[in-house]
Amino acid sequence: MTTGPNEPTVQQPDADAPQPPSESTADRLARWQRAGGLVAPIMTAVLAFLAGGIVVLATGHNPIEVYRGIWNGTGLEWFYRVGSYEVGLPWSDAKIWFPWDSSSLAGENLQQTLLLTATLILTGLAVAFAFRCGLFNIGGQGQYFAGAYFAVWIGSSFAGMNGFLHILLAIVAAGLAGAAFAGIAGILKATVGAHEVITTIMLNFVALYAGLYLFGQGGPLQNKLQEFSPTSNEVVESARLPILWGDPFLQGLHVGLFLSLAALVAFWVIINRTTLGYEVRAVGFNPQAARYGGISVARNYFLAMAIAGMFAGLAGAIDMLGWRFSIGFSDIQSSTIGFVGIAVALLGRNTAVGVGLSALVFGALVNGTATRNIPPEAFDIPEQAGNLSLTIQALVLLFIGADILILYLWARTGQRLGVGRRAPS
Amino acid sequence: MSERPVVLELRGITKQFPGVLANDHVDFDLRRGEVHALLGENGAGKSTLMSILYGLYHPDEGEILIDGASVRISSPKEAIERGIGMVHQHFMLIPVMTVAENIVLASEPTKAGVVLDLASARRRVSDLASQFNFAIDPQARIENISVGQQQRVEILKALYRRADILILDEPTAVLTPQEAQELFGILKGLTREGMSIIFISHKLNEVLEIADRITVLRRGKRIETLPAAGATEAGLASLMVGREVLLRVDKTAAKPSDSILRVEDLHVLDDRELEAVRGVSLQVCAGEIVGIAGVDGNGQTELIEALTGLRQVQSGRFAVGDRDLTKSSTHRILDAGVGHIPEDRQKRGLVLEFSLAENIALHDFDKEPNSRFGWLRPSRLIARATQLLREFDVRGGVAQTPAKALSGGNQQKVVVAREVANDPRVLIAAQPTRGLDVGAIEFVHRRLVEERDEGRAVLLVSLELEEILSLSDRILVMYEGEIVGEYGTDVTEEDLGVAMLGGTRETEAVA
Repeated sequence: MTTGPNEPTVQQPDADAPQPPSESTADRLARWQRAGGLVAPIMTAVLAFLAGGIVVLATGHNPIEVYRGIWNGTGLEWFYRVGSYEVGLPWSDAKIWFPWDSSSLAGENLQQTLLLTATLILTGLAVAFAFRCGLFNIGGQGQYFAGAYFAVWIGSSFAGMNGFLHILLAIVAAGLAGAAFAGIAGILKATVGAHEVITTIMLNFVALYAGLYLFGQGGPLQNKLQEFSPTSNEVVESARLPILWGDPFLQGLHVGLFLSLAALVAFWVIINRTTLGYEVRAVGFNPQAARYGGISVARNYFLAMAIAGMFAGLAGAIDMLGWRFSIGFSDIQSSTIGFVGIAVALLGRNTAVGVGLSALVFGALVNGTATRNIPPEAFDIPEQAGNLSLTIQALVLLFIGADILILYLWARTGQRLGVGRRAPS
Repeated sequence: MSERPVVLELRGITKQFPGVLANDHVDFDLRRGEVHALLGENGAGKSTLMSILYGLYHPDEGEILIDGASVRISSPKEAIERGIGMVHQHFMLIPVMTVAENIVLASEPTKAGVVLDLASARRRVSDLASQFNFAIDPQARIENISVGQQQRVEILKALYRRADILILDEPTAVLTPQEAQELFGILKGLTREGMSIIFISHKLNEVLEIADRITVLRRGKRIETLPAAGATEAGLASLMVGREVLLRVDKTAAKPSDSILRVEDLHVLDDRELEAVRGVSLQVCAGEIVGIAGVDGNGQTELIEALTGLRQVQSGRFAVGDRDLTKSSTHRILDAGVGHIPEDRQKRGLVLEFSLAENIALHDFDKEPNSRFGWLRPSRLIARATQLLREFDVRGGVAQTPAKALSGGNQQKVVVAREVANDPRVLIAAQPTRGLDVGAIEFVHRRLVEERDEGRAVLLVSLELEEILSLSDRILVMYEGEIVGEYGTDVTEEDLGVAMLGGTRETEAVA
């Protein structure tokens, strides 16, 4: 909308004004762009699944069958299996009526999905927060490790400590460890301008090999009871997170989910309602203007990285205290939860609500494609199911790139045909 | 002139964009060998009209006639085939390629149909350049030549494609005054060779200088077509804006009082670590506007960046009132009562993705009542922005509108509103009207004088001599990082021009 003084302005939609007989392309474009915040990510996910189906088809199997298996594995069907059931109230023997069956198989699957969702929310926020400051934090994995190492070390030490204080100590230490670890990249960026993508990737390796050393054979934190098993000590009973839903011995859903939900709220509040968030966003959008406005760009680079790292560190804490209880050589080598966080943040467009929803999507996806959930007849080798999961994740990333491309092309063609936002002068 | 044949005619061109009638039955004609200027404010429909002629848009109504025959132009390719060349505001050149390669791009001469024949490309380009008397090296790389020369490459590109109608879209916007003069020389040479030129601009003085005829557009309508001979700036301005415009700023004599901004022997390095500001001393008193004139790149940018904490001071000092701020952060300096209208509002002055309310709070979002204990109070931001937007007559958006949705003039009003709203003691304005049209320039100028009259010390840096002359109470000329002269309001443009090029150093810098 380019309007000089005394120029007609583009008319704002007015409820009282008579509607034009047919909407213009511009109206449709405007609606598309408004809806784009929601439509595009959903389309992205749908397209990724369709493409994944073609991959399955190419291997000579029935994609519908596979997807049904995946869907059942996610446990999301639990929500529409409504009936009349009872559920126990916490800290008492009382039972009350509940519309869902809390002990069904679908319920157990859902617990696993939510278990992953809780962690993915935090690793997703670790990417999203840095992104809002214009930084691409690839180091979520390393920051997750930093948090996990501290959580497991503190959780397995200090036996006999008050449970609540023990958990609190472990969580705070893990958050600080993640913050400090990411803060290294922040300081390097702020002082000498080292690119955060490079430094965080390198720090991932530092965290990985530090873990392999610490918990590996003969490492200082290796389990003392099983000398030949390269793994950490177990988190003591009293330092484990209470189970919210499900069997404590079968990876029930722990209360860490609430920490994740609280983190989503905190993310939104910090970004939108604090002066810190204002500074972070200003630096993220336009560092030059921020500097001109008196905002210290370097300080914000450091703070944004540290806060991002704190989220990832907390993810490590709830995993260790909630269901893993120990971390071993092979766990460290195979963990990708920090990297999935990148996809979570991108699909969720770096907003609080978006990250929450896309963490659920990826949690369901990773859990649903776990080997045990795929019908055996669908794949000759069950491990192919896990590969399908990775394929779909990769496709989602690809399509996120594509949807930005589509919106870009759309806007360009729109401008050429004169339907862009700006009326040319 | 009137006996010359009409080569191009636009009849009743109408183009409707959603909510805007960009062109409303516009008639336009171009004669052989003339420069016909298309004059209008930003948003008057000049570019739309030319985009239609160049095949980028299709008109809803109206027809285009070339040499008397009605034609349909549906793409730039067709326009080029019909001898129409366009030089856009933003050049479309490939930086790593040579002048010759850029010019022959898309119609490269080949040997045996496949092998690129660069030697003959170079030859044809030098022939063309010498025919029209262009000083340009066909083998130079685009990234190594000046903006003015790049523009010549664009013109040569059009000539190479045998254009006889040349459209220039705001060609002087990117040029220094000297380069603009050189361009005008080139254009006169082209018209002598029978080229016809459409010259789009919103600058009155240059239109009067170069054009044979002028067509004024306003709000998509053709207001008038008149010969340049006999037209005046004031007359054109009122045609453009639709009312009387004060080109000369209406102001009383300054009543300077205490000295507020004091700069002593300031030395500042530029990005290449070369000394850009070499011992500048000056002072600005409350209630006066001190203008710094100079050709771009003589240290003005570095001086302002140093004074606002954006660039480190090498030696020397500066103070506002009694406070030495030489080593202070931008934050401190702004808090000490410095307002700064930056040179580039889009790059530095605004966070384009932020709402207007957030932009207006850029300096004081962390102070009461905008926030308290680190908590932002959006309703306060919006309330204050709403009030300021009304006071400064910002159109095209409300407090929640993102800044990028506004036109340049309105964006600049937002910047000005923010910078004067906190009652600064010193107001530093760097090129405050760059890229604005007449109406918005008038607004900004009036506002700067008002700020002066309220007792602020105003330091104005501008590359536009006219702006310096009409606003300043004292004029300093900056040349190669030094203040080489101080003048009163009675100085002539010629004297300033000579000093800006390092001609005289008759007056010593102010102590």
